[in-house]
Amino acid sequence: MSSGSGDLYDVADLVVGAAEGSEQVEAYVTHSRETQIRVYEGEVEQLSVAETLGVGVRIVRDGRQGFAYCGTFDADSVREAVADARDNAAFAEPDEFAGVGSPDSVEPADLDLWRSELLDVPTDRKVAIAVELEQAVRAADGRITGVESCDYGDTAGEVVVATSTGIRRSARTTGSQLIAFALADDGDAGSSQTGFGFSLGRTFDDLDVGVAAGDAARRATRMLGATKPKSDRLTVVLDPWVSAQLLGIVAGTLSAEEVVKGRSLFAERVGEEVAMPAFTLVEDATDARSWGATPIDDEGLATRRVPLISGGVLDGFVHSTWTARRMGTASTGSAVRGGFKSTPNADCRSVSLVPGSVGPEELIAGIDDGILVQEVSGLHSGVNPVSGDLSTGAEGLRIRGGAVAEPLREFTLASTLQRLLHDVVAIGSDLTWLPMSAAGLTLVIADVSISGQ
Amino acid sequence: MNPEVEVAPVLEEAVIQRTLGAALRTGGDFAEVFVEDKRSSSAMFDDGRVEELSSGRDRGAGIRVVVGDTTGFAHTADLSEGGLRSAAEAAAAAARGGGGGVRTVELTRQETTPPNPVGVYPESVGKGTKVELLRRADEAARSEGGSIKQVRARYGDSRRQILVANSDGLLAGDDQVRTLFVVSTVAFGDTGMQTGYESVGRTVGFELFDTYEVEDIARTSARRAITKLDARPAPSGTLPVVIGPGGGGVLFHEACGHGLEKDLVDKGASVFKGRMGQQVASPLVTLVDDGTMAEEWGAYGIDDEGTPAQRNVLIQDGVLTDYMWDFLRSRKAGRQLSGNGRRQSYQHLPMVRMTNTYMLGGKDDPASIVASTENGVYVSHLGGGQVNTASGDFVFGMTEAYLIEDGKITDPIREGNLIGNGPKVLTEIDAVGNDFAMGSPGMCGKDGQGVPVGDGVPTLRVQALTVGGTAA
Repeated sequence: MSSGSGDLYDVADLVVGAAEGSEQVEAYVTHSRETQIRVYEGEVEQLSVAETLGVGVRIVRDGRQGFAYCGTFDADSVREAVADARDNAAFAEPDEFAGVGSPDSVEPADLDLWRSELLDVPTDRKVAIAVELEQAVRAADGRITGVESCDYGDTAGEVVVATSTGIRRSARTTGSQLIAFALADDGDAGSSQTGFGFSLGRTFDDLDVGVAAGDAARRATRMLGATKPKSDRLTVVLDPWVSAQLLGIVAGTLSAEEVVKGRSLFAERVGEEVAMPAFTLVEDATDARSWGATPIDDEGLATRRVPLISGGVLDGFVHSTWTARRMGTASTGSAVRGGFKSTPNADCRSVSLVPGSVGPEELIAGIDDGILVQEVSGLHSGVNPVSGDLSTGAEGLRIRGGAVAEPLREFTLASTLQRLLHDVVAIGSDLTWLPMSAAGLTLVIADVSISGQ
Repeated sequence: MNPEVEVAPVLEEAVIQRTLGAALRTGGDFAEVFVEDKRSSSAMFDDGRVEELSSGRDRGAGIRVVVGDTTGFAHTADLSEGGLRSAAEAAAAAARGGGGGVRTVELTRQETTPPNPVGVYPESVGKGTKVELLRRADEAARSEGGSIKQVRARYGDSRRQILVANSDGLLAGDDQVRTLFVVSTVAFGDTGMQTGYESVGRTVGFELFDTYEVEDIARTSARRAITKLDARPAPSGTLPVVIGPGGGGVLFHEACGHGLEKDLVDKGASVFKGRMGQQVASPLVTLVDDGTMAEEWGAYGIDDEGTPAQRNVLIQDGVLTDYMWDFLRSRKAGRQLSGNGRRQSYQHLPMVRMTNTYMLGGKDDPASIVASTENGVYVSHLGGGQVNTASGDFVFGMTEAYLIEDGKITDPIREGNLIGNGPKVLTEIDAVGNDFAMGSPGMCGKDGQGVPVGDGVPTLRVQALTVGGTAA
């Protein structure tokens, strides 16, 4: 299969060139190459090489929007998708704000997200590093009994967005990762524990086996012998992995789409204090350190820095073309799609909190009685971003007299998103970019409900 | 039979044979061609209008080659003989085989018994008819009360035709039709906003709407949102929990379903490893995974490795009787296939997955189960969940729940998670009602792949679960 954004532009031009009359047409064309390797007990268990093509076609005709997709660049299939999108549009109801993106004055940032050398790394080296990771995990601690999975993966993805309104842009990124799930057991009858560790990079040489293996072993062993705490109200310290997940949920409520449709608890609150005074939250997909970084959004507009909360006061929301038109403002270049099979929504992809000046050890040292939370579960079922109700399963370490103590598991944290943002009492200096829509850092939150025994 | 209906993805048997031959050329022990042609369509109503219709087609083949314990995999959207050969060669190279030779595979077509006939294929129904369901749902939800401020309704259908051929000579196909209708609502009151959700999904065509009225789905969703406007904070602590019929199947999906998947068991990542034949649950518990269950969301004729769906008893009267298996593990162990090898699409390798997982009904009167619970929580509808199969710890969300006070269901409580430990919770089930019902359609995620699953339970009581609320 041939490659390169030249082909993607050809497909996009075919789609856009099919525009009829006054209708607007948008092509979203993707091409990705992936390698996935799983090793087990020193051997390759699965090795998959894949090339995936996708074309999404959005047509807006008389204010009515239709969409169709196909998983091939085959011209007949693409033309069929165009015809289907047009037919689908006929059944939607007119909306004066519907439309594809229009060029604006912001130029895409010049981001270094593509390393062609990744494409030249031989498969044998990829297998070798995965095997090395498995050995390192097994050797890291005597209580490690095995690995549940040990994977190498890489991807090289290109996207072209073109519209009949004059947008014609591309972006491309490479990424590689190592991830292991370790199993640990200290001989006690009963349960094993698991822990993951990973290392991410734009290219192969960025990967660090030691970091991934060390984290996996530490996460798996630290919960051995964990007990269930008593129900209480306590200060909790969220580590970066946990805070990033919660900040990602907060960021989702700042989508203008949720706001205009009456599903955001922050609607009507611009200019009000929604968080403690040191809380400054920014969306910025032009920050190349972010794994969500991209020069263009999924409607082909340049991404840009968008202040969301400054000093605890709500600044505004992230916008797509549709939400901006509906609210009488400009797109913030924040259109996000789930892939070529879906239409764009306004959403965040690279949110971060401005870090504080104190590191995690010092923050913990100031806490007499609390819990360091290192993992949460059930966020999708226990956090309602509309009502703000928040209840999540958790694991972590007791903090006693300023030091971490015994492990705790099988308990929940509960609060509301609204309260949580006000109850933050300290923000750590340890900003950590993670493979999710928000970066993490240590967050200290007072007076959180713990349910346990 | 509808005249517009096309037959399963047609590939000539000779082409499949030659593709398997190419896959085995480097000496593979096993090769498989999985062909998929899936058409999906959906219509979305939101914010008072039909927002968008969407449709698409996913068509391609995934080829795997097994050499020893190594599986090589490649996929292609190009179903020409050349495209298939390239994918077969890529999969063979990925499997890292050594020398080979020419092998010819004789294919024997296996007849597939679908779990149920399909009445009305979705592609035979006009888009205008589908859109009309959405308008009706919006109107019905809003008619439940002025506090309903937002309604989102989604109609979705898919028709997935698959063909599986492998070097053991298997050739089998299936035609899987699913239809889904979902209504999400937002209610607004003095206490802020609350959400309601209800979904109905079956492995059937458009005749789904002969059985289910969209107005009922919409009203249930709206009622859930409105009820929670008056909800008290959920309790914090360990309490008896009564789970209502149908709405709580996710309990077993998380508490033990994943832990009974043989791939996780083999890697030591399940608390149920080494416990075959042992009492792992209360004697009141009989747990079944059943891919043949007609019309249910997780039903099919064959799994994605060509094995006919089956009804498998996993726990009988509390004793662990079987795990769930995929093709390669069954083949290696020389045991009967269980029909649990599934994949999200032709772009994925199959894994051990659940189908419709449910606990059989018992003897107790549901009302007496509540009446004999002094203080606790009654959960009539659960949301999603998550489990750590190695430790057995799991959580799941309550999306509609009430307090039980002095043996009576009283006030609604706000949303929250319940947390427990699977093996412990299974032994603490002390009452099982005679009112078994299947629950809502689910999408189960594992290792990055989502597949449709069903679940069901009768009313049951767990002596102690930790309720993750804020009220002391």
